Amino acid sequence: MAGKPKLHYFNGRGRMESTRWLLAAAGVEFEEKFIETPEDLENLQHDGSLMFQQVPMVEIDGMKLVQTRAILNYIATKYNLYGKDIKERALIDMYIEGVADLSELILHLVICPPGEKDAKLALIKERTTTRYFPAYEKVLKSHGQDYLVGNKLSRADIHLVELLYYVEEIDSSLIANFPLLKALKARVSNLPTVKKFLQPGSQRKPPMDEKSFEKAKKIFKIK
Amino acid sequence: MAAKPKLYYFRGRGRMESIRWLLAAAGVEFEEEFLEKREQYEKLEKDGCLLFGQVPFVEMDGMKLTQTRAILSYLAAKYNLYGKDLKERVRIDMYTDGTLDLMMMIALVPFKPPEEKEENIALIVKKAKTRYLPVFEKVLKDHGEDFLVGNKFSWADVQLIETILMMEELNASILSDFPLLKAFKTRISNIPTIKKFLQPGSQRKPCPDKQYVDVVRHILQF
Repeated sequence: MAGKPKLHYFNGRGRMESTRWLLAAAGVEFEEKFIETPEDLENLQHDGSLMFQQVPMVEIDGMKLVQTRAILNYIATKYNLYGKDIKERALIDMYIEGVADLSELILHLVICPPGEKDAKLALIKERTTTRYFPAYEKVLKSHGQDYLVGNKLSRADIHLVELLYYVEEIDSSLIANFPLLKALKARVSNLPTVKKFLQPGSQRKPPMDEKSFEKAKKIFKIK
Repeated sequence: MAAKPKLYYFRGRGRMESIRWLLAAAGVEFEEEFLEKREQYEKLEKDGCLLFGQVPFVEMDGMKLTQTRAILSYLAAKYNLYGKDLKERVRIDMYTDGTLDLMMMIALVPFKPPEEKEENIALIVKKAKTRYLPVFEKVLKDHGEDFLVGNKFSWADVQLIETILMMEELNASILSDFPLLKAFKTRISNIPTIKKFLQPGSQRKPCPDKQYVDVVRHILQF
């Protein structure tokens, strides 16, 4: 019997959280080895575990996978969350790349200098309500189905709902005019595996606080 | 008979060039509509073609596709350039995702303020030489095969040769420490579809110039 996937990252969301969400939603148990010091990261780099010297890295099925997208693509395919054919996959990919773009803006909000925060926040809010939320609302409206693609739960729904939680943390009013997105969020949140992941005590990570930000900066040698 | 894929973008490389390379490598003929005026872009938006209001936009197989990576993955799968199974595919994904990061950095260089350009290019060259190129040199060394994955031509090879050529434009001696990559470059360049694409008169786009930057800024209003 294959071992559980093992996630190598620091103890925070960053670029690993979407992988935690996807595994959890797929009902797959996983282990985590947290990088706590710069030496921990250096050890991984020196023993050849990290193809491009970077984390995230996931040990799964005898492989050491890096590059967030490669990891997510593998997991989604393995657990049948990637559509039924290449056309459905193309739609899923298109939708999740939009999620990735907005998530990237939110990720950078954490590390941006205090003087730039307000402008970045305004940009995130604007993009959310004028570019991204309308696009996904329109997709759901166009077919009237419960899920984004192929009338079946896919990674697109999971990644989008994860994003909806982050947007809610920033400003809970942003979703106000998007009833179908609200419904999708509720629906996906009620799936047994997701519901479990949303409860306290799961492997879901909280927003970064000042202390863990300083720690992460040290590990990744960010100034 | 299916219509040819149609690419909508500026008359330049940007984020569309990788898509042109992959189509060309697969021997697929394609059409292009070049965005030269703001009105063309607004029309595409109005017609509901651009899911997130952005290009690249490719119309093919009855779909309106945007998002570079979504388009590339679709093409790779459709034209059998994505490995034979999931394990080969994940390796191709790891390799291409790495090089795409690097290429998107290169695509942004023309839009940086002049005082930042040199530093930016130096950073890209450093990343290529220390992080990316050594990996691919090692991959080729470890298996001794002609192609990166599965002893067969794949999207990973197309992406890598595109990256190598773009890096050489920034730094002519970038391959000096990588003999296997030099041989790889020659070998891949001689594949008939690639050879054809490398010749003058193909749909391959030249280095971005001031005119290109001006058109993009005008259309996207930044």
